[in-house]
Amino acid sequence: MTMSFESQDTASIVSVTDHVVPIAIGAPVMAVHFLGETPVFIGNEETATVVQPDATANKVDLHAGAMLCTVSDGKRVITGGDDGKVVALNAKGETTTIGRDAKHRWIDSVAVHPDGAIAWSAGKTAHVLSAKGEMKTFDAPSTVGGLAFAPKGLRLAIAHYNGVTLWFPNMAAAPERLEWQGSHLGVTFSPDNKFLVTTMHETALHGWRLADHRHMRMTGYPSRVRSMAWNAGGKHLATSGADTVIIWPFASKDGPMGKEPAMLAPLKARVSAVACHPRQDILAAGYTDGTVLMVRMHDGAEILVRRNGGAQVASLAWSASGRLLAFAAHDGEAGLLTV
Amino acid sequence: MSEPTHSKIPVTVLTGYLGAGKTTLLNRILSENHGKKYAVIVNEFGEIGIDNDLIIGADEEVFEMNNGCVCCTVRGDLVRILDGLMKRKGKFDAIIVETTGLADPAPVAQTFFVDEDVQANARLDAVVTVADAKWLADRLKDAPEAKNQIAFADVIVLNKIDLVSKAELAEVEARIRAINPYAKLHRTERCAVALSDVLERGAFDLDRILEIEPEFLHADDGHDHDHAHHGHDHDHSHGGLKHYHDEDMQSLSLRSDVPLDPTVFMPWLQDLVAKEGQKILRSKGILSFRDDDDRYVFQGVHMMLEGDHQRKWKDDEKRESRLVFIGRDLPEDLIRGGFARCIPQ
Repeated sequence: MTMSFESQDTASIVSVTDHVVPIAIGAPVMAVHFLGETPVFIGNEETATVVQPDATANKVDLHAGAMLCTVSDGKRVITGGDDGKVVALNAKGETTTIGRDAKHRWIDSVAVHPDGAIAWSAGKTAHVLSAKGEMKTFDAPSTVGGLAFAPKGLRLAIAHYNGVTLWFPNMAAAPERLEWQGSHLGVTFSPDNKFLVTTMHETALHGWRLADHRHMRMTGYPSRVRSMAWNAGGKHLATSGADTVIIWPFASKDGPMGKEPAMLAPLKARVSAVACHPRQDILAAGYTDGTVLMVRMHDGAEILVRRNGGAQVASLAWSASGRLLAFAAHDGEAGLLTV
Repeated sequence: MSEPTHSKIPVTVLTGYLGAGKTTLLNRILSENHGKKYAVIVNEFGEIGIDNDLIIGADEEVFEMNNGCVCCTVRGDLVRILDGLMKRKGKFDAIIVETTGLADPAPVAQTFFVDEDVQANARLDAVVTVADAKWLADRLKDAPEAKNQIAFADVIVLNKIDLVSKAELAEVEARIRAINPYAKLHRTERCAVALSDVLERGAFDLDRILEIEPEFLHADDGHDHDHAHHGHDHDHSHGGLKHYHDEDMQSLSLRSDVPLDPTVFMPWLQDLVAKEGQKILRSKGILSFRDDDDRYVFQGVHMMLEGDHQRKWKDDEKRESRLVFIGRDLPEDLIRGGFARCIPQ
């Protein structure tokens, strides 16, 4: 199948809904990742579902309770649970418990570094387990909202109340603090390592230019931003939270300061998840009414992947090659599209 | 809110000064055979002697909303924990949040007013305060937290009454009533209160404001001196009821038989809580508006208000407006004067 977009003003949108292979997970789903070309659906509780090329689904037990956070580098899926464990799952379906909170506290956030290091947090404490197996620990001033590794070097961004701490686990230097009042939850570095962006408890993003800590406020969302994705070139940040996909430009040295974001794919529902294609100028967007669209970023042309009427889309993911798009709704109805 | 209220998980906030008996009550709730499963958010692990995988430790992290409102504080940890708990929806029937003995209940309650995700999944059921009959009177003098907890309560469990004389009991009840005349008060030993008296109260349900607080109906204009004892054995020989006026925490009730002018009342109320909200801990009202056959109900916590047209006034019902404010250093003249201007002459 080849992708062919219609421009946005065409009355009838191009639909590929017939090409989607439906997958019923059978339980609520919080996220989907790809291990290579194999989709892995992370349930709200206990198990992941690994879907093979012949569409058979294998359940893998990960946690004894709810799964609270998950991340993947394409080689492993890392999950943190309310059982206090951090678990890694590989493409063969093998699991390894790589961390365990001594007090069985909830694992609230996880992050993975390109070199294989893994970070997680429980309460105020962030841990980094290096690829060589060395463990380092840092206590944030308040509960950790989110973690992200910088694209270069072993540097961890720890989001918390009133800002973000930048920590080099292998260096003695005092961690750097980026201040901004409020509760910071999700956190992401721009792929060029020049900017840091957080999702806040309020309906806003906050950003810093790392060179000089200059602030960037990105406001105007009607609801909290829960999903962010950098495009293939790393110069645009697509976000959920509004009734269109909001895309902030980071190409210039000032980032999005003084610029309007692009607003694509408006619907009468809110965007709940976004995922950018790994190579092309395309993103996938899921909505609160169950709709999934593919959107060409430079002109907003749309292709319908899933009709509305289902549960809210929880997560979307592209395979490493960009040939496969997987999505999952909160109720466990999922789908796989070969592009 | 699109989600019907009944499908939301009820959340009971359990407060009380150090040593009052919160953990005793919690252990009872968790161990009694009531067929319900509770998820419990606690501050100190290990005090609860019940094995339950739904006991979650919290850090009581309060943060200020970035909306320019200084008293608009919420419990960030609660937002996070409730979000995580919702992944296990179906595994429990209700949630209990135990606060530390020194906590102000307001940020917990405000979390339910301001957080969109919390509102979508959970509803605040009631603030239950456990008070120590022997020591509460002293704590009211030296611990502002204890006073806040009494002022904020929908239900007060006056515990350890076996350790005090009847006169002392009357004294402490009078102290409580001087601060909060409207809460349901239960006298207990070892927190032996019917669980239906502390759970599933619907105290923040606008539809039940009247139903659950009959005292509210009997409130006098001015300070309320109705010491109803809610069906408990009432011993009239305990030396009479003393009436105290607490030095800094008061309640104020207002009433009008004349339907109010909503175009004056609404801006007045909003302006009042915006300017004086730091002093107003709780507010509630049932209102009759001019040229409106619907009853209007509202409630508030500090600067946050929610209100709605509730239902038609019944034919046999007196169309009367009643408001109650509980707070610290309430500007009584300002409130009374402002309210008077909402009554068309």
